[in-house]
Amino acid sequence: MKYIYMDHAATTPTDQDVLKAMLPFFSEKYGNPSSLYSIGQESRTAIEEARGKVAKFIGAKHDEIVFTSGGTESNNFALMGVAWANQKKGDHIITSSIEHHAIINPCKFLEKRGFKVTYLPVDKYGIIDPDDVKKAVTDKTILISIMHANNEIGTIEPIAEIGKIAKEKEIIFHTDAVQTVGHIPVNVDKLNVDLLSLSAHKFYGPKGVGALYIRKGTKIVPYLYGGDQEKRRRASTENVPGIVGLKRAIELAEQNMEEESKRLTNLRNKLIEKVLTGIDETILNGHPTQRLPNNTNFSFKYIEGESLILSLDMEGIACSTGSACTSSMLEPSHVLLAIGLPHEIAHGSLRFTLGRSNNEEQIDYVVEKLKKVVNKFRSMSPLYKKK
Amino acid sequence: MSVYSEKVMDHFRNPRNVGEIENPDGVGKVGNPVCGDIMELYIKVKDEKIVDAKFKTFGCGAAIATSSMLTEMVKGKTIEEALKITNKAVAEALDGLPPIKMHCSVLAEEALKSAIKDYYKKKEKVK
Ligand code: FES
Repeated sequence: MKYIYMDHAATTPTDQDVLKAMLPFFSEKYGNPSSLYSIGQESRTAIEEARGKVAKFIGAKHDEIVFTSGGTESNNFALMGVAWANQKKGDHIITSSIEHHAIINPCKFLEKRGFKVTYLPVDKYGIIDPDDVKKAVTDKTILISIMHANNEIGTIEPIAEIGKIAKEKEIIFHTDAVQTVGHIPVNVDKLNVDLLSLSAHKFYGPKGVGALYIRKGTKIVPYLYGGDQEKRRRASTENVPGIVGLKRAIELAEQNMEEESKRLTNLRNKLIEKVLTGIDETILNGHPTQRLPNNTNFSFKYIEGESLILSLDMEGIACSTGSACTSSMLEPSHVLLAIGLPHEIAHGSLRFTLGRSNNEEQIDYVVEKLKKVVNKFRSMSPLYKKK
Repeated sequence: MSVYSEKVMDHFRNPRNVGEIENPDGVGKVGNPVCGDIMELYIKVKDEKIVDAKFKTFGCGAAIATSSMLTEMVKGKTIEEALKITNKAVAEALDGLPPIKMHCSVLAEEALKSAIKDYYKKKEKVK
């Protein structure tokens, strides 16, 4: 059976080219980049080249990039690092109610340590109102952290505008750009951000590597202590193969992004149209246009998401309900609740995120199977008949 | 997906006894406040024996599988025997459920109890 993967927001397959670039750094070029002999320096050079590439790609300077183990670490580093470093100045953080758990949970941790966190609401499309940010600012605010685009519903936030507010008020501004880097243009100056998180495996790079952009002059303390790596901003021997892979993934994104995002936008629009016209009582979650090129998120009334996922899997289709990290939880997605969906509708939501492997034919196949399983579960649903 | 046993997947794939019974002798409608899932169970009773059972469920894979298994288990049992069926027994009959999904089987037990209660209520009225 053919397998159709439509969960690219969860992760992407590592590109063959990326893998090829990484391989020598596992066995032949294994030197520790902190070692002074030549095999070590070879690794060092590879890292610094990658740093330059990442920096250039997002419009940053070479030494403003710190390599991390991925999006979660970058987010934790940004939040904790800024919170601890600026404690004397204030104890207030502003974020949104639809952030990834890699932001929400460190915020909750900081709340337990005496910080105050404002979780801004969103409108029905998942958009944060910059005015709300402005109103939330107090003279104790030290950090604003708002995601560039939402991982579940794909809504792209007005980051540049929020950044302007942060700049005026001299507050450090972080954005979690894990879903956008490699997919849509990301430039730290245009976005007015001081910190930015990115992760390689979301754009055909390997898992376990990412980066945090830290604008020069941003007051932050390390998150990991140990050796002197990364200019003492992040101890631990660098993940050289991963970093090399990240670099190669960025090179490929540079080449393909524009074309691919156009192609995916078309596919996405086709999927949205076919689902909304072909299956009744269906809602598109997220913004109709201000959304990631590859993201769709639907709610199918009267049925529950897990049954749909299992059935689609049996048809050879991989997609997700809400975010992959929440699939072991019973509560519906906090993002869907935040955009105002009632519990039972939030429960029946599916996310299809498209990528390189998807094409028109697959869209047709997915819609056909989706119709079948939606009908099956609606016919079993005690809620449906009450219509 | 391997989170569920083969039996669970079998009942999920081909749920037995889906639907409603016309003029049922007992109906149980229950919901789970945590996950928001809902189950409806219909029973037909003759001489204190459950001769037919059908269900409708809005819920996860485990909820559908336990509903299906439950209807299979109660058919042919006397009311008294049926009352002894616990959620654990249903889960065991399915070769187990992941711990986080045990509560889904509670839904099945509760639906059964409530259907039997309804049956008794209806019988009272007939008398
Ligand atoms: S998660 Fe609610 S019944 Fe299974």
